Formats: sequence, structure tokens, C-alpha cells
Amino acid sequence: MALHSAAKGKLIAVIGDEDTCVGFLLGGVGEINKNRQPNFMVVDRNTSISEIEECFKRFVKRDDIDIILINQNVAEMVRHCIDSHTQPVPAVLEIPSKDHPYDASKDSILRRAKGMFNPDDV
Amino acid sequence: MSGKDRLAIFPSRGAQTMMKSRLTGAQKGHSLLKKKADALQMRFRLILNKIVETKTLMGEVMKEAAFSLAEAKFTTGDFNQVVLQNVQKAQIKIRSKKDNVAGVTLPVFECYQDGTDCYELAGLARGGQQLAKLKKNYQAAVKLLVELASLQTSFVTLDEVIKITNRRVNAIEHVIIPRIERTLQYIISELDELEREEFYRLKKIQDKKRIARKKAEAILADMKLKGVDVHGNNMLDEGDEDLLF
Repeated sequence: MALHSAAKGKLIAVIGDEDTCVGFLLGGVGEINKNRQPNFMVVDRNTSISEIEECFKRFVKRDDIDIILINQNVAEMVRHCIDSHTQPVPAVLEIPSKDHPYDASKDSILRRAKGMFNPDDV
Repeated sequence: MSGKDRLAIFPSRGAQTMMKSRLTGAQKGHSLLKKKADALQMRFRLILNKIVETKTLMGEVMKEAAFSLAEAKFTTGDFNQVVLQNVQKAQIKIRSKKDNVAGVTLPVFECYQDGTDCYELAGLARGGQQLAKLKKNYQAAVKLLVELASLQTSFVTLDEVIKITNRRVNAIEHVIIPRIERTLQYIISELDELEREEFYRLKKIQDKKRIARKKAEAILADMKLKGVDVHGNNMLDEGDEDLLF
């Protein structure tokens, strides 16, 4: 697997609710690799936090993933994991989900950015 | 003054010139690093502005995409499971390029289409138009998100590098340069001390010589007074003419 991912063409991973995943899959980011492992994860009400954590860590470790998209409400559940991920690659992006509006004050990156800017700029 | 915090070095002229060159080197390095930090900071502000802009834009785009998903669902019926089960190969992939700012490589992501759409047949029965729109919306969202991701990655990398550079600038400014200056001062004071010592020594020798001469003269005068032929004392220096020739 490492060999074929060494060739360029990295993936985008998605962690989010069903609708978000379906939308991005239709956009064409989904892939199932040879080990039948998908690059997306559907989070519903029955998904436990530890499962999300594990999945997030697995995505971070995979070297064929460059960007991880994660719903903000899901990100909120595993905030400590996301905050402890400080490497530039893979980039973790928080996106709004269908039933949770985007709150800029919760974003890890924007929170870091805020310390350097005046509050009225952000 | 010449406190504990200086380089352990023997004070000599050679060491002094060496220290001087080190000081100019440190000052040069300091100004260069400062320039680098400024350049990075400028780029950083630029990226930060862009991130904030793109994040707000992303909110809009995602809202639209979610809305078109709802539209498609309304016309086509629930297709979630079909889509989730039919994943094969990614159509949109990411290429990363390197951008260089003041010696710092920043990764820049770029997405490209690869392979065919594996949901070509979705929405064949009804709602095809809505589905096409939905796909287009989500592809636009992906493009925006990829852009945002590269901005964010640059942000994280630059943040780290700026911290390191600032640390170095401060270290040179507040630790290395003062230490070299102190060492230089110590060397100069030590050299001055040596010079003074040397001068004093010379003076002292002159003094001693003068005293010795005076003593000798006094003895001579004394002897003359007593009527002793001083010159006759010396066998070799009798004051007579040379016998030869």
C-alpha cells in the first residue's frame, strides 16, 4: 500500500454525518483501498467517541491521506485529539454539518489565529 | 563588570581580533535572521487574512451544497446507502507542490480529476438534474476545501518556523552578542592591565638603575675626599699611555 501511495495523488478523508459523507462521496472523494478500508467514516448517534478517535488516528497515520475533513460537531467530540495533532500534513479541516451551523470560535486553527489578531479582525 | 558570563578565553591580541570578527558575524546573522522573520511574518499575515476569508466563504458554499443534497433527496428519494456502498475509486485526488518563502518550504495542495465518475448511473430513473447539480456543488466545495487546507497547512508550518526564527533572533540579541561584548571588554581590560604592569616595571628598573648609579658616584666622591686614588685601584686602568708603539 505504501508503494502505490508513494506515487502522487493523495486522498481526502471525510469524518462526518451521513449526509456530509454522501455529499462528498458524490463529489468524488471516496475510495476503498485493497484492504477494503474506506477513507470516510459515517458518524451517527450510535457511534461512540472512542470509535471516532480511533478512526481519526488511523486516518492521520495513513500516508495516502493529505486532508481530513471533519464535521465541526464531530470535531467537538474529539477536540483533544485534533488539538494534539500539530503536524502540517495531513491537514485537518473542520466543516459545518447540515444541522450544526459553523462556529468560527470553536475552530482549532482560528483559535490559534485569534491570539495574533485583534478580535475585531477575525 | 567582567562577570561570570563570558567565553573562557585567554586574553591576547589574537583572541581579541577573533572575538571582533565573531561579533561582526553575530551582528550580521542577527540582521539577516530579523529580515527573514519579517518576511515570514508578512506572509503569515497574508495567509491568516485569506484563511479567515475562505472560512466564511466555505460556510456559504457548504450551505448551498447541503441544500442541493436535500433537493436531490426530495426528488430522487433516499440514495444514501446506495452511494455509501458503491464506493470504489476516488475521482478527485490531491497533488502537493512545494512553495518556498524565505527558505521555508510550504506544501500547496492542488486537486485534480482522475478517473471517471462511479455514480454515473445514480439518479437515472429520476432526479438526474438535481443529482448533477449536487455533484457539481460538492465538487466546488471540495476545491474550496483543498485550497483552505493548503492555506491552513502553510499557516501551521509558518507558525512553527516563525517561532523558531524569533527564538534565534532573541537568543543572538540577548545572549550571544552581549556575551561576546563582555568577552571583548574583558580582553581589553586585561590587555590594558598588562600594559600598565609593563610600564610600571620599566619605570621601576629605571629607578633602580638611577639609585645604583648615585650610590656608586657617592662612593667615588667619598673616596676622592679621603684622598684615595680611585683610578689607581684598577690594575687595568692605570691611566698611563699605551706602551706599545
